[in-house]
Order: sequence, then structure tokens, then C-alpha cells
Amino acid sequence: MIVSDNTPSMVLVVVMGALIATGVYLLLERSLTRVLIGVALVGNGVNLLILIAGGAAGAPPLIGSSDEAMSDPLPQALVLTAIVITLGFTAFILAMAYRSWQLHGHDEVQDDVEDRRIARRAEQGELDTRSDEATANAALEAAQVRDETEDVPDATSKEGHR
Amino acid sequence: MLQILLLHVAAAVIAPVLLNRFGRRMFAVLGLAPASAAVWALTKTGEVMAGNQVVETYTWVPELDLSITFRLDTLSWFMVLIVGTVGALVLAYCAWYFAAAASGKGRFGGVFVAFAGAMLGLVATDSTLMLYLFWELTTVFSYLLIGHYSDRKVSRRAAMQAIIVTTFGGLVMLGGIIVLGQVDGGSYSLHELVTATPEMTTLTSVAIICVLVGAVSKSALIPFHFWLPAAMAAPTPVSAYLHAAAMVKAGVYLVARLAPGFSTWASWEWPLLVLASGTMLIGGYRAMRQWDLKLVLAYGTVSQLGLLIMLVGQSDRAVALAGVAMIGSHAMFKATLFLTVGIVDAAAGTRDIHQLSNLRRSMPFLSVVAALAIASMIGIAPLAGYVAKEAALEGLVHDGSPRSIALLVVLVLGSILTVAYGLRFWWGAFAAKDGLEDTPTDREAWQMFISPTVLAVAGLAAGLVPALGERLLAPYAATYPEGEEGHLTLWGGFGLPLLLTVIILVGGAALFWWRGRDSGLQRRESFAFDAEDLYRRFMRRLDRGAGFTTSLTQRGSLPFYLAVILLVAVLAASTAMLTSENTFGPVRLWDSPAQLAVGIVIVVGAVGAARARRRLKAILLMGISGYGIALMYELHGAPDLAVTQVLVETVTLLVFVLVLRRLPAYFSNRPLADSRWLRAALGAAVGATVSLLALIAANSRTATPVSVNFPQEAYDYGYGRNIVNVTLVDIRAWDTMGEISVLLVAATGVASLVFLRVRTARVERASDLQGKKLGGIWTDGAAGDDNLVRLQVRGVAGPDGAATSSGSVTSTASTASGDGAASGDATADQPGALERWTDSAVGAMRNQRWLSAGATLAPQRRSVILEIATRLLFHTMVVFSLFLLFSGHNAPGGGFAGGLIAGIALVLRYLAGGRYELGEAAPVNAGLLLGSGLFLSAGAGVVPMFFGGTVLESAVIEFTAGPLGEIKFVTTLFFDIGVYLVVIGLVLDVLRTLGAEIDRQGEAEGYVAREIAHDEADLDDSGSVLAGAGYELEDPREPEPRADGSTTTGSSSTETEQGGPR
Repeated sequence: MIVSDNTPSMVLVVVMGALIATGVYLLLERSLTRVLIGVALVGNGVNLLILIAGGAAGAPPLIGSSDEAMSDPLPQALVLTAIVITLGFTAFILAMAYRSWQLHGHDEVQDDVEDRRIARRAEQGELDTRSDEATANAALEAAQVRDETEDVPDATSKEGHR
Repeated sequence: MLQILLLHVAAAVIAPVLLNRFGRRMFAVLGLAPASAAVWALTKTGEVMAGNQVVETYTWVPELDLSITFRLDTLSWFMVLIVGTVGALVLAYCAWYFAAAASGKGRFGGVFVAFAGAMLGLVATDSTLMLYLFWELTTVFSYLLIGHYSDRKVSRRAAMQAIIVTTFGGLVMLGGIIVLGQVDGGSYSLHELVTATPEMTTLTSVAIICVLVGAVSKSALIPFHFWLPAAMAAPTPVSAYLHAAAMVKAGVYLVARLAPGFSTWASWEWPLLVLASGTMLIGGYRAMRQWDLKLVLAYGTVSQLGLLIMLVGQSDRAVALAGVAMIGSHAMFKATLFLTVGIVDAAAGTRDIHQLSNLRRSMPFLSVVAALAIASMIGIAPLAGYVAKEAALEGLVHDGSPRSIALLVVLVLGSILTVAYGLRFWWGAFAAKDGLEDTPTDREAWQMFISPTVLAVAGLAAGLVPALGERLLAPYAATYPEGEEGHLTLWGGFGLPLLLTVIILVGGAALFWWRGRDSGLQRRESFAFDAEDLYRRFMRRLDRGAGFTTSLTQRGSLPFYLAVILLVAVLAASTAMLTSENTFGPVRLWDSPAQLAVGIVIVVGAVGAARARRRLKAILLMGISGYGIALMYELHGAPDLAVTQVLVETVTLLVFVLVLRRLPAYFSNRPLADSRWLRAALGAAVGATVSLLALIAANSRTATPVSVNFPQEAYDYGYGRNIVNVTLVDIRAWDTMGEISVLLVAATGVASLVFLRVRTARVERASDLQGKKLGGIWTDGAAGDDNLVRLQVRGVAGPDGAATSSGSVTSTASTASGDGAASGDATADQPGALERWTDSAVGAMRNQRWLSAGATLAPQRRSVILEIATRLLFHTMVVFSLFLLFSGHNAPGGGFAGGLIAGIALVLRYLAGGRYELGEAAPVNAGLLLGSGLFLSAGAGVVPMFFGGTVLESAVIEFTAGPLGEIKFVTTLFFDIGVYLVVIGLVLDVLRTLGAEIDRQGEAEGYVAREIAHDEADLDDSGSVLAGAGYELEDPREPEPRADGSTTTGSSSTETEQGGPR
């Protein structure tokens, strides 16, 4: 049988909260290595959260090993896959950090340069010139366009504004 | 009808092939598509005249009340005829107009036919939604046609203006259409809308205004008129079709279509008639001032569109009849005139009135054709235009209401302008001018003259039989709500209309004579109020607004985005929790006192990791916290978790350390130092929120957990005693399947990020090294023996900064390989050590001793202790991993744990013997392991299906195996073996990538790990961006502490570190 007691253990809750808090603090960093440590800490915290949701501690969920009530096996199975996935994830981000270091000489997540450029230009009121922004009357400019008809040599037929 | 539309689609699709393969003459063949529409309309003439509307309906989306319905009444019949005929003639004209080598013919032909098809559908459909669909199709195709010369800026600009203006109008119209469809008494059928008009309310009034916005923008009425003259950047045939029959006529058609139902509404009448009147006058006035023949015509069209909408937009039957007749005559004369300009342009090489002179002499025939069209336009008997204009004057005079009088005044004034610019056009194109020599012209193909001639003669013919026109068009005019029926006639008797006609002609001629030839007119700025300028300013504002919004929301900073997400999560979740009914239930302090002790270790480790400035220290502290978690699992009664956590933590640490060999020892200078308290506060808030959530959620359970029956099920169906393992491989096997797939993807991702060569390259074996470059592994830039010797000296006294960095790396690497570096340093200075070592290495190779690849390692990296330990442990670990795998079903263990143990055994081999040793230990590609693992798991899931079971069902096989005793074999073992292989594959991949490959790259580049992240090169590009974004940048060349910590020259980098627990 499985423990039916749902009351959470305060220690577990506090530890979980602390892990998530420190993890979030690191997540908001720019260095990928620190972000990664943050992910690991948050991951552990969330694993504990799942465990807390499963109820109180108990005997190992091995049939016949003990007469006491077992701890809930379902959260354990979920957490087990989560742990291993975190390993794969960690390796992936590490590879990313390494690659970033290789390419840029650091492992920091930089601001998107294009976004910053847009913001700066918006502040200063600069805009890209629009293709439909006329210096003169659009219709008058259109008057200088000629079609590619037979008798006109290429050079003149294509003159006009480019 | 549908078949004809499909014919257009087919023609549009094959057009590029035809044109590119058989040349420009194929335009004439394409003309058959619109011609077929005209022919079809002609065959239906009898039915339509008899008052039988031809209706075709195809169900499309019944849920939306959307069906493909075509209804051919008088107006649609007339429009189909115009669209089809003009389209066919213009396409035929194209066959000789364009140069044989003209660019983009194929695309042009296809788009043109598609445009004609869209226009055809627009005038034939009965559904307002379909009308909208075709409406936007014409917008898109006209965009492509106007922008045909996409390499010219002016074309792109004109096309962009046209599509923005007309799409804007179209969207507004869609709003109106939907309202008119959804209100009580409304309908999505044009026919029903007109015959059973919905009640006039504020809502429907606004809706009809919305629909009118669509029509007004499409028909280039003020204030949207500016797009049409600019659109003549399109090839001339396109202009002809656009102005005469398609696109702008769509707006006129829509007004004519709805006017019988709505023309008495105030919200229809006033705005529409005012705009139409204004457009007629402004267009005519502007046409007077142009010096480009096409521009004269373009502004003329603007003026005529005002006239047309004015006539069909009001409610009187007689005037409406005149209006619809005018639509026909306008199509004929405007197409003729544009095609004429095309010929003039092609023959003379210019359209400028300043340069053209006396073309009448060189092109007499064309001048007559043009004169016919002009005569129709300005209303000279006996042409179609005259008939229509007479009818309009007659109708307005006859009606006599104040509105009609006002319209009459506008009509007369506008017509005077029309006469003036009409004369001006002909004068400009054909007349001899003082001071200009006769313009030389080329001879154009006679086929080019066919289309304009046909259209001009048609205008004459239609004018000669006005009674036929009246008979054909009267049924439509009769649908208008007010007034007596009008007549089309050549001679209406003496009276006010005739007097007005005379006034118009004389006044127009006089105006042309006095002002029309003045070349100074165009130079003067006409209006202070310029719609095009307004449009440009609006677009600019729009751009600026978009830029501002983007800069506000899209900051480009990952921490910023993350902070916003987390903040929202905290606020939303805490608000929900605090306002909900749920309260905290009972809480116990701990499950066992040991939890408290372990918890303290975990928290201290986590906080320390967050504060650490050195990478290695942060990672070790993170490891401590992770091992603490494992203990916590054990205390909770989860041995499987504890085992897995310990193993994963170990592998993670090792992998981290492998990568850290190459990364700087310290985290880079802190660009976010200012915000750390903010970040800490946010972290605390998130932690507190989740804690609250845990407290509330744990006490909110109302249902029986699904896992209550797991013990029974695990034993009865899964044949195992370890419930967690059975859950993984049987009860929730799909989860596991998904998870190992993720692992496979992650491993592949790691490999592809680091391997710049292919991953499937041959595994490096020790035998590859035989006879050359022995002992090259883990040396600094090992290019040969010279380097090796230099390296051994370098650690002691380097001439430059390289020694410093070498020292730091050595110490980092030594963490990975035990204390190998220390022993290496000790022997470094002894001369002859290298020779001795090489001899022994070769000997080792010859004897094929196990762990022989250890000989490929640089001597100072070797650790005897580690090698011996590896020799002792490796086999044991592999056997143990297999034991965990096989016993996992009944005891703690399983595929995950087993795979991780095997993986750690591989790590050990790698650390002891370098990357060639890893190749010896696992001479397979990681991808092979990953793939076969996933294949095995999936296969184990599929096999039960062949025996009539379900996917992933378990079966048990029991047999007696002699001395081994009773063996109970559960089929899910295969699934677990798959998991085992995937995990080994992951570890191996990570090891090959972050271990071996980084070694290789390190050797190629030389181990020079920078102490901090930034250097001058970075400052040049990204540094300036950072500085611009308000981050503080510390001096990148600030002295940093030695890695061994013996001398601390820097101050800023260590100040935060001292507080952290070690």
C-alpha cells in the first residue's frame, strides 16, 4: 500500500524554495555557465516539488521489501526521467557555452544587436528610408519610366529611376 | 462560370511556359481565356435580357455560410462582357507591343491572365465574401503588374502605394461586409442585400460607409486618388486594362451593385456624391496640367471615375442608366487611348508633349482612331460617350431636385475640363507644334493597331444604335429606387441638355485654347493640401510607432525577457493563490530530523554556487547540493532516484570539468552587477511563490491518486517488484520512450555543436598513432618533440604571459586527471626523460598491454594511481552496470542507472588514458549506440502487437537453465536494454565531444584559456553595443589572480568570492 498522508514536510518545502530562488537568480545572469548552474538548481527544486506533491516519505516502493507504507512511486518515475533529461540538457548547454567561447571568446548571452539597434534608432527618431518615400511627386517620376518595346534599344528603354 | 475561372487559372499557370518557349506571340493565345468569358456572356444575352438570372452555386464552407455562387444579371453580364473583351484585346496587343527580348514576359502573362480571372470572378459572384476574396486577389495581382519592372525604384514604390491603399480599403470593406451579413435581415448575398435591404440603423450605416471606403480606395476617389497616377509605372497595356476595365472599375461596380438598395441612405449618398464630385473636378483640373500623355490619361481616369460613381451612386433611374452606359463607353475610349499612347511611345520613343510634334502626318491612321476615342470621351455625337452624357444631362435636368441641380453643375464643370484635357491629349500627341521639328517615328507592326481600332469603332457602333443599348441596360436601371426610366438616344430634341452640351464643348475648347497649351502650368504647385504627402506622413508615423513599440517590447536582452515572464508568473500565481478558497492545511516540520541536516547542506551548496566567482568552485558547490538532493531522495524512500541522482551528478561534474579546461577560470566581469539585488529579489519571490504553491497544492488533493493500484498492477501485469522501474518500462513506458528520444536529440545536438567535422568520422584508436607523435595527447600545441620539450620547460619560466596561462590550465586539467600534472612537473627538467619515456611507450604498444593507449598520453599528464585504479575498476563497473540493468526490475537499478555506471566507467578510461584510450574502450560510434538503443526500445514496444497484444505490453518467459536455476525473463528487459544503450550513447557522445574533440581542438589551437572573457577584439564589436545598452565594462586587461591562488593581484574579481563557503 502507498502512503496516504499528504501533509508536506516544511523542510522539503523550504529547501525546494531555496533551490528555486537561487536557481532563478542564476538564470537571470548572462554567463551561460551560471545560467546552466541555475537550470540545474531549478531542476532539482522542481524535482523536489514533484516529490512533495506525491505525499509523505515512506518505505522504498519495492514489493515485499517492507511492511510499512511505501512512498508514492509515480512521482519517483517522473522525477527519474527528469533527472536524466537534465543530464542531456546540461551537456547541450555546456556544448553551447563552449561553442560560444570558441566563437566569441566568452560564454555570455549578448543582447540581440539588431534589437538594440532598432531601439536606439527609435529613440533618436531615425528610420529606414521607405521605398515609397518620394522626394518628388510619385506620378511625375512614373512618367519617366518606359516599357521594353521592340524598337527601343536596351540602353534607353531601361533608363529612368532604379 | 466556374469552368471559365478555372480556364483562367490554367492559362495563368501555363503562361510562363508558353511565353518562354514560344515567344511573345503567345500573349494572343492567352487572350483566349478572357475572350471565352466574353463569348460566354454573349451566349447568355438572351437569358439575361429575358430577365432570367443565370445562377450557379457550389457549396464551399457551409459553416461560414460561404458558397461559391455566381449570378449573372444585367450588370454582371455587362461587366463580364467588358472585362473579357478588353482583357482579350489588351493581351492580343501585348503580343506585338513588347520586345521579343523583354524581361519577365512569362510572369507578366501569367499574372495578367490571373488578374483578368480575379476581376471576372469579382463581377460575377453573388457572395459578398467571395467578392472580397476576388477583390483582394485583384489587389495582389495589380501589385505584381504595377511593380512589373521590379528593378526600378519608381515601380516598386508605385506598387507599394497601390497595395497599401487598396488593401486598407479592402479590409475596412470586409468589416462592413461582415456586419451587413450578420445583422438582422442582413445577408452575404449581394442579390438579397439589394432586394431586401437591411433596416437602416447606426450599425448598418457605419457598415455601408465601411464598404464605401473599400470602393472609394479601389476606384481612386479622393482622398485616395494619388495611387492611380503613380500606378502608371506599370507597362502601358496594364494601365489600359487597369483604367478601362479592371481594378478601378471594381469600385465602380460595387457602387453600382449596391446603389439600388442603399442609394437613398444618408450615410451612402452624402459622402459618396461629395467625394465623387470633388474627384471629377480635381482629376480634370490635374489632367489639364500634365505633360506626359499617360499622366493626362491617368488623371483623366481619376476624373472619369468620379463621374461614373457620381452617376451610378445616386438613386435616379434615368441617371443610373446613363451611368452604366458611361461605364461601357469609358471602357472603350480609355482602353483605346492608353493603347494609342503605347504605340506612340513605342514609335516615337517618348510620351512627352514637349517633344512630340506632328505625329498626325507620320501616323494618320492612329490619329483618327485616337480622335474617335477622344470624341467619345468629350461627348461628340454620334459616339457612345455622347449618348451616355446626353442621357445624364437629361436625367439630371428632368429630376430637378436640388441634389440633381448640384450634380448637374459638377457634371457641366467636369465635362468642360474633360473637353479641355481631351483636346489637349490629341493636340499633345498628334498636332504639329510651333518650334518643334516633326518627331521621327518608327514603323510599328500593323497588328498593334487592331485592338485600339476595334475598341474605337465599337464606341462608334454603340453610339449609332442607342436603342439596343437601352434595351440591354434598362433592366438594371429599373432596379433603382426613384425617378422615371431614362432613355439612350442620339437626338433628345432642343432643350436645356442640348444647350449644356454646347456650353460644355465650347467652354472646353476655349479653356484648352487659352490655358491648355501653357507649359508653365505644371510647374506651379497646385494645392497646399496634398493627399500623397499626407499618405507619406502617415506611413512615416506608422513606421515610427512600430519602431517605438518594438523598442519597448523587444529589448533583445534574454535576462529581461526571462524576468518579465517570471514576474508575470509570480504575480498571476500569487494573486490566484491569495484570492482562492484554498488555505494551508496542516504542515509537519520534517519527515525525519535527518532531512533538516541534509537540507542545510543543499541550501548552503546552492547559495554558495550562486555567489561563487570561480567556475570550478561554483560547479563543485552545485555538485554538493546535488549529492545532498540524492540523500534527500533516499530519506524520502526513493532509492532509484537516489542512485540515479548520484550517478547523474557525477557525470555532470565530470563533464563540466572537461569543458572548464577550455573556459576561463573566472566568470567574466559582471555586466549585471547593478541589478543583482533586483535579481535576488525576483529569485526570492519566485521561490516563495512556488513554496506557497507546494503547501497549498499538497493539501488540495481530493481524488485518489492514480498510483494507489500501482503495486498490484506492477506485479500482476509488469511481473516486477520494483514499482518505479515497472512504471518506467511498462505502466508509463510511453513517457520513457519520449524521454530517450529527447536524450538522443540532446546528444546529437551536443555533437553537432562541437564537432566541426562529421561525428561519424572514424573512431580514433591507439593503433592510429603507432610510430608517430607518441605522447602527443594533452600537451600544449603538440606539433612535435620540440614543442614537448619546450612545454616541459615552460611551466617553470616563461618569457611571456603564456607561462601564466599554461600554469592555470595545467591546474585545471590536473583536476580532471588526478594529480598527474604534479608528477609531470617534477620530471620536467630532467634531460633525457623524454627519450626514456618514448621508449617505454613504444614498448607498451608492442606488448599490447591493457590500457596501452595510456602510452599516447603526454608524460606529465599520466597518473599511475589513476591508471591502476582504472585497471582495477573498469571491468567491475561494467559488470555492475549489467547487474543493475538486469536486476532493476525487482530491485533498485534499471537501464538508467546501469547505463550511467557504464558511462562513468568510460569516463574513467578516458581520464586515465586520453582520447585514444576512449576509442579503445568503446570502439563504436555514439550515434550507433543511440540509434540501436532507441530501435530496441521501440522494437520491444512493437513486438507484442504481433502476438495480439497492445503496444509495450509485457510478457514473462520462465524456463529452467540447468545449474543457473529457474530463470524468469520479462520482455520489458529489452526495453530497458534500449534505455541502457541510449544512456551509454549519451555519455559516450558527450565524452567524445566535450572531452576528446575539445582535446583535439585544444591541441590544434594551443591551450590558452583566457582568464576573463573580454579582450580588445570583443570590445570593438559587441563591447560598444554593451556600452550603449548601459552596462558597465571593466577594464579587460585588469590583472587577474593566478589560478593557483598564490598571488592575488586583482581586487574586484575576488571580493565577492571570499564570503562564499568552500
